Amino acid sequence: MSVRTLPLVFINLGGEMLYILDQRLRAHNTSDSRVWSEGDRKRVLNDIVGTMFSKSFMDELLKPQQLYSHRTMKTVLTRLAHTSIMRLNPASMDRLYELMIMAFKYQVFLCPRPKDLLLISYNHMDSIRALVRDTPAVLNQVDETHRKVIEVYSTFSEGELQLLRQTLLIFFQDMHIRVSLFLKNQIQNPSGRFVLTTSGPVPSGVDVPGLIRTFDLRGREVSRSEFPPGGSFCGSVGEGSFELNGDRVVRLAQLSPSSRGDPDPNSPPNPLAKEELNLLARLMGSMKAENVPTGERRFRISLFSTDQEEAGASGGEQQDTIQVINIQAVQDGQAALALARIAGEFADEEAKLENPSSSKGDELLAMMDDL
Amino acid sequence: MFHKEKSIQIKNSASALYNNLSVLRIAPRRLTYFTVVHANVVNMVSASWDGLNYSHRQLQSKEPNVATSTSLIMQAAFCVLPSRDLLVVSSQKGIQMYESDGSIMVYWHALDTPEAPTEQAVFARGISAVSDNYICVGVSSGAVLVFDVPSKGSNITLSEVLEEHKEAITDIAAECSGSQERLASLVTADDGGNVCVWKSGEEFQLLNKIPGLDITCSSVKLWKGTVLAGYGNGQIRLYEAVTGILHAEVNAHARWIYSLDVAPFSGLLLSAAEDSFVRVWHLAMTPETNSVEIAHLHNECVTDTQICGAKFCDGDGYAFAVTGYDLSEIIRYVQS
Repeated sequence: MSVRTLPLVFINLGGEMLYILDQRLRAHNTSDSRVWSEGDRKRVLNDIVGTMFSKSFMDELLKPQQLYSHRTMKTVLTRLAHTSIMRLNPASMDRLYELMIMAFKYQVFLCPRPKDLLLISYNHMDSIRALVRDTPAVLNQVDETHRKVIEVYSTFSEGELQLLRQTLLIFFQDMHIRVSLFLKNQIQNPSGRFVLTTSGPVPSGVDVPGLIRTFDLRGREVSRSEFPPGGSFCGSVGEGSFELNGDRVVRLAQLSPSSRGDPDPNSPPNPLAKEELNLLARLMGSMKAENVPTGERRFRISLFSTDQEEAGASGGEQQDTIQVINIQAVQDGQAALALARIAGEFADEEAKLENPSSSKGDELLAMMDDL
Repeated sequence: MFHKEKSIQIKNSASALYNNLSVLRIAPRRLTYFTVVHANVVNMVSASWDGLNYSHRQLQSKEPNVATSTSLIMQAAFCVLPSRDLLVVSSQKGIQMYESDGSIMVYWHALDTPEAPTEQAVFARGISAVSDNYICVGVSSGAVLVFDVPSKGSNITLSEVLEEHKEAITDIAAECSGSQERLASLVTADDGGNVCVWKSGEEFQLLNKIPGLDITCSSVKLWKGTVLAGYGNGQIRLYEAVTGILHAEVNAHARWIYSLDVAPFSGLLLSAAEDSFVRVWHLAMTPETNSVEIAHLHNECVTDTQICGAKFCDGDGYAFAVTGYDLSEIIRYVQS
């Protein structure tokens, strides 16, 4: 299958993760606790984006290779989040990963043409660019990466892009985690399957079904007839821009505040933001700094029982002004069941898809340790 | 015209791959075999005609003599030859041929895979039996491997490599009308929509090349000298194989077509796409003008499903079966 999936996977999953973090950190600024300042928020985002779009990280992703397993993917995304001053415990990361995956699955599944997978990725990049626009150095990195991605993928034929999409669909196969916002907006059924409408515009380059044309030996049209195609499709709305900037036309993965909660099933932007915010609110809302030191503020979620173990795990980072806040991930019933089921699914998946040569993902992880 | 029958449950869901359903009817034993690919596993179901007995088997794509490595499967298809039926499985690593019940592997051909991953993906895709003793399988480089299959035993050999396509092969089909006088015996299609027409023999001969317009031809059939091709832009086109003359063009689907099938005795055509529709058409030959006409007969919509496989269960097209991405069942329809 395709050996070029990783860059797009990270841009899209990473993009989803950044949507959540940005919105959550903004919301926190309006509360009384003032736990996260504007400067903190920007720093978190800049740190993560800076790592994700660093030349070495992207170069590693751009090497032709098979797609990672879910476990490896989750580990790398967690490490990515941890390049900032933010810390999340495994349970919260698990749930966040589920939501990110279902959002991306939705985008890939509904993607009108394989080529539009690139437009979806560019939508994510446009939003990321907006998040770091005040930091020229990081913005520059994003632009550079975007150019490189355009360069690599613009040579792909539609057939090759369809293979890439089919590879991603195997990665998402059998995942039917129900997301309450998707259910509410009726883009997901109670069974967990996404709604596929039989109405709306056809993709760019496709004709509305219903016409049969016959030709003579010289290639001249001799007759036309119509047949009832079912559904109610209409003409395409034109092609989006594949350049560094431009109207993407495809609205999947666009984050637009005004249309959040928009029940229109034909053009949902990123409806997941609200769901993800609520989860993060439950997880982080209980953070109250009691004696905030005047120096560097860092917040860790305790994963281990003693501080020595913590220090060892994080590679001996600076400890002087750290305030440790213990947070238990609030697991609602659905999340717990979903986690148990997914753990089972991943166990099966590992058995089937884990490459015995364990180098998959290891170089990337090793490189991140050096950062 | 058709109504839905009881579905057959399969052990895993179907993966989103072109032509992801193969059917073999075994009349003497009143059984039908179905195969559906899920990642690196082929799910086989044997269904008795009285609807009372179902038995399941799973085949994993594994190179022989290598304990743990597995690879993703691109396609599994039954190949019917006069003296034997084989199940051929094409994957990222190579091609395996089994007895039709999946019990014994009789042949393994490894693809040339380089040590380190290259820019292009490597895999085998597109499977068909041709004439009396050949099985052809396509490769991602565009090559078509021709295997010579003896009437029994495992002495299968690679007899020829056809190198005409420059893009990955998507599907391969042989003339299925049963008539011997047809010149064209094989048609091959690729990612760029190019379709090649061949005459089989000790050395296969290229008869014609129908250029694509960079629109993938994902599924192809050859019936009474007519190429029936399904494309990524939802169109079905009918060409005269040897001359390349376009007979008809249908704006058939709103999304990528994943599967076409022909019922050779009745001239029924089945098309299925990611838009969740399966359509039944009728093909009529007009010998005077040597042309083919296509008429629409019937639609079925499989709600919320991107269809990846659709096949007639018999030569008359009395029944057909459908698979969809993420669906763990084979849906069946029968003429009313």
